[in-house]
Amino acid sequence: MAISLKIVQKTKDFLLEIGELAYFAQRFFKEVFTKPFEFKELLLQSYKMGNQSLLLVGITGFILGLVFTLQSRPTLMEFGAASWMPSMVSISIVRELGPVIIALICAGKLSSGIGAELGSMRVTEQIDAMEVSGTNPFKYLVVTRILAVTLTLPLLVIFGDAIALFGSALIENLKGDVSFQLYFNKVFNALKFSDIIPATIKTLFFGFAIGLVGCFKGYYCKKGTVGVGEASNTAVVYASMLLFILDFIAVFISDIFFEI
Amino acid sequence: MKEQENITTILKITDLKKSFGANHVLNGFTMNLYEAENLVLMGKSGSGKSVMIKCVVGLMQADAGTIEIMGKDITTLSQKEFNNLRTQIGFLFQGSALYDSMTVKENLEFPLRKFPEYANKSKQLVLDALESVGLKSAINLMPEELSGGMKRRIALARAIILRPKIIIYDEPTTGLDPITAKEIIQLMIGIQQKFKTSSLIITHDMDCARVISNRMILLIDGINYIEGTYKELAASKDKKVQEFFK
Repeated sequence: MAISLKIVQKTKDFLLEIGELAYFAQRFFKEVFTKPFEFKELLLQSYKMGNQSLLLVGITGFILGLVFTLQSRPTLMEFGAASWMPSMVSISIVRELGPVIIALICAGKLSSGIGAELGSMRVTEQIDAMEVSGTNPFKYLVVTRILAVTLTLPLLVIFGDAIALFGSALIENLKGDVSFQLYFNKVFNALKFSDIIPATIKTLFFGFAIGLVGCFKGYYCKKGTVGVGEASNTAVVYASMLLFILDFIAVFISDIFFEI
Repeated sequence: MKEQENITTILKITDLKKSFGANHVLNGFTMNLYEAENLVLMGKSGSGKSVMIKCVVGLMQADAGTIEIMGKDITTLSQKEFNNLRTQIGFLFQGSALYDSMTVKENLEFPLRKFPEYANKSKQLVLDALESVGLKSAINLMPEELSGGMKRRIALARAIILRPKIIIYDEPTTGLDPITAKEIIQLMIGIQQKFKTSSLIITHDMDCARVISNRMILLIDGINYIEGTYKELAASKDKKVQEFFK
């Protein structure tokens, strides 16, 4: 009985939080189109988020391409399909693996970072200080950060995809004597706009989700250092979960419009 | 602003009520803050002092009652009008609340960014404010490089940069050593004399209250229990009042 009551309460809390998140998103859309536009802060946040994630995304992409090729090579060779490697790797990475894995890495880095930053600002009354000074903290802190992640993530994914393909080409070059030129010729022959466009569009939504959840958790952080840790932690969990849901929806829609 | 016997009321709070569930924090609190006076508000922890000032600056909404700042009832103002009125209020937070990611200069410039007319004068205003708190040399430092006392001074400089009519101090000496606390108190007196501001000071520090107050209010059971000068209150025979002066 106690367990079922607990489950009901947890479900209620979860649904309530989803509602609050939806309201938070609605407020974002309301405020994003009204003046004043905080361009300076948006540029600063975009630079910080992009610049600080570049190395992590690069390393992740490189290892992704490397490992994926190394793991797939024996199987393809067994079926005499080693020449399909560039096509298979490029389509897999550009369509699915690149966006999802890099978005997950960014969810870990950016969502938790935003959650912790805004959380500590809430706890130390910095957000209150902004409000008292007549500045709209939602616009200055939340809108700029959500926009920054939304705009930066597609660029990071494109960068990560390129590095992943380079990693794959490197393995093919070392193990299969395939030249870089031949490898990338095959890659560009295999890739179509219907692979690239939907994948890039979905990263915009991934970025939005990462920024939204990070800001939501940080902005409404409960008092105390425990609250900041919790905000940072749950931001990553919620953002990662939301990414998979969005990915499912994106693939479903792509399938209708682009006939994957 | 309401003038009565040549005294101008800057802040008028009438019958303010605020509850959190069954916990009635403010039960009809009423007070006036007059021009160029230092009013000290005392009360036990959890008595509603912070809730009251949060209602004044719009960080919290009262359940009932009115708050008039310079003659304007804040409940009737639009957000834009209220934001403009907020620039007439300086607020010193208990933990200083300096923006971590900004230098001292950027912290002080932050309240000015709303006003294009200050764009050319901002550097001078920042220097003037820093000079008022005796920390001109800290202009390029980050908050993490400052001591607790320095942070409080910089926060004070930020609170006065727009030359507000009212300054609200939330426990200005809490967490400071007695010497730094005295320095902060002297700064507050100096600023009040220099800019003729009205100050609402929330404190538990009896020394601070004795030195700085023109008038004191004790907030007990969510109401303005008693008000008067420090001497008048110290001489009170009321048991609840006596507890504060033991």
